[in-house]
Amino acid sequence: MAADSQLITKQPHKPKLAVWKFASCDGCQLSLLDCEDELLLLAQEVEIAYFMEASSAVVEGPYDISLVEGSITTPADLLRIQEVRRQSNFLVCIGACATAGGIQALRNFADVSEFTSVVYAQPAYIDTLKESTPISTHVSVDFELQGCPINKLQLLEVISAFLNRRAPQVPPHSVCIECKLKNNVCVWVAHGTPCMGPVTHAGCGALCPSYNRGCYACYGPKENPNSDSLCHWWEQKLGANKSTVIENLRNFNALAPHFKEVSEHRERGDKA
Amino acid sequence: MKEIPASGNSKTIKVDYLARVEGEGALFIRYDDDTVHDVQLKIFEPPRFFEAFLRGRDFSEAPDITARICGICPVAYQMSALHAMERALGLVPTETIRALRRLLYCGEWIESHMLHISMLHAPDFLGYPSAVAMAGDHPDIVRQALEIKKAGNALVRLIGGREVHPINVRVGGFYRLPSLASLHGLRPQLAEARKLAEQMARWAARLPFPHCEYAYEYVALSNPNEYPMNEGRIISNRGLNITAQDYEKHFREEQVPHSTALHSVLIERGAYLVGPMARYNLNFPQLSEPVRRIAGELGFKPPCNNPFKSIVLRCFEVLYAFEEALRLIDQYQAGGEPYLTAEPRASSGCAVTEAPRGLLYHRYSIDRDGKIAFAKIVAPTSQNQKTIENDLRLMLPKFMHLSEEHLQGLCERAIRNYDPCISCSTHFLQLHLQHEQRGSP
Repeated sequence: MAADSQLITKQPHKPKLAVWKFASCDGCQLSLLDCEDELLLLAQEVEIAYFMEASSAVVEGPYDISLVEGSITTPADLLRIQEVRRQSNFLVCIGACATAGGIQALRNFADVSEFTSVVYAQPAYIDTLKESTPISTHVSVDFELQGCPINKLQLLEVISAFLNRRAPQVPPHSVCIECKLKNNVCVWVAHGTPCMGPVTHAGCGALCPSYNRGCYACYGPKENPNSDSLCHWWEQKLGANKSTVIENLRNFNALAPHFKEVSEHRERGDKA
Repeated sequence: MKEIPASGNSKTIKVDYLARVEGEGALFIRYDDDTVHDVQLKIFEPPRFFEAFLRGRDFSEAPDITARICGICPVAYQMSALHAMERALGLVPTETIRALRRLLYCGEWIESHMLHISMLHAPDFLGYPSAVAMAGDHPDIVRQALEIKKAGNALVRLIGGREVHPINVRVGGFYRLPSLASLHGLRPQLAEARKLAEQMARWAARLPFPHCEYAYEYVALSNPNEYPMNEGRIISNRGLNITAQDYEKHFREEQVPHSTALHSVLIERGAYLVGPMARYNLNFPQLSEPVRRIAGELGFKPPCNNPFKSIVLRCFEVLYAFEEALRLIDQYQAGGEPYLTAEPRASSGCAVTEAPRGLLYHRYSIDRDGKIAFAKIVAPTSQNQKTIENDLRLMLPKFMHLSEEHLQGLCERAIRNYDPCISCSTHFLQLHLQHEQRGSP
């Protein structure tokens, strides 16, 4: 952990918070502005020192806590993330782009020069890396908050934990546990709906099953998932075809180590 | 970047990283005492290639995947995507589904507009770097704005499941219909926020506006029965009147070296304007009676051709969205199937809906297994980008007497007038940084 435990108690000023954007949709940093009831309170506890989407005032680093949204996709951003790390005591990745490359990491499974020519008439103007990678590929990170998008209450919990120098309470169990806690009827068992819940990290509050929909794993893998087994059940018992199985492992968290591995097994047709 | 003749008085305005816009953009202007030589709204948001990686994905995934283009207006992407897919599959949504989609869009207009009004735009008029700083001196305005925004988010959350990237919409309808009781439960909060929205409009109308009026070609959906969201013909104040199917015959995207966002133009006519100012000027009669009355009282009857006043028009649209939401809730008939289904078939479909920032066009082709073979997306900010540059070009000569610092601030404000969403407009681009270095981190 890069956090300097001396920092919070000894420094006379409010902790400085910075929000950084890399390749992303802005939705995770927006979660901070969506804290309508807490935003002004938060601003009393921390100095919002760098947050380009919300403020044109920039306070020089270093920063006590940095929230990093987005994945690394350009040569310039490869350098910028190093500088962000140098300027940050405690670096928190927020969202699937920062923790697992995001939806734009689908390029990693394809030919990016062909992608550029599909979108742009003159691809020569476009400067991009072959792969979209999570922040942790490039620098050490102090905490990763999963989700596409993140849960704003979990974000407040992470900031609050940092301010109070304790570990964030972000349970790593599955969406299934959240369904049980909500007394949801299981969409898989009761309706035969393919659901990624058993392997997906909690945090959304089991939203999709609460709306009669199978989970599509936007929070990425839970701790120790067995996705190969899940895929087997999807195919054998629920009649899901191979492309559906791969699409559900390979969407917003396609590079999460476990999902990537299993989607590649499945693509090659390996046995679990 | 083109070279200009050497001039003793040549000056530049350079903003390396525009603040209080969604996404990453920069501004470069070169001018002298007489002429503006070059204006570039540069977009260096990294490319994300949605149109490319959508190919091969299942048609049913388009609303969820394209939502991730923008965390601020995901509902707009979902709406354009699913209407395009439904046209491809020959699905016609039921009245209940139609009404709920409109209700969901009301929620997004409210939260997206209020984000811009209070957090990105209002600080400009009152001289603060941010809404948090503004809250020190104007606590009531900021608190009220947050209350209004919260009500919009509550609406999106109830129907869509969550504020950012809602999960409840699907091609053919919704996964689950909300209960009548849950909609009625939201009514008091919406009614209360509606009152605050009216106060906000009255407050915004009194802000000091620079005198800038331009002759724009406004382009928006129009529908004789209602203020446009999901349906209507594409019209303009200069005679355009087409369906979404003909969009690509009339509009073309061009790539310019200084931007990863494609610029969209009306073929043989050039720049045009989409968003609240276009909708308002073209569809004023379809607004509710109270909104029209309040607009009249405040001296804001159309046409409104001053882009700095767009903050007031956004307030009017927020007020309208609350009235429309309350009307839709009162008329809501519970029951019926939550969604329609159709077997995939080889087909194509396109749709245009009104995102908070303006027209959002999607076109897809799918194969007989329902996999996407082709995708094209034109976001509102790509369409406004050329108009933003034109505004700066026209505005500067009038304000040359200002100090450079003030001039730069005014230019940034002129860009913020459009609530540019750069994350959207880049279908995903990266600027070649051969000329300027980024100022960050």
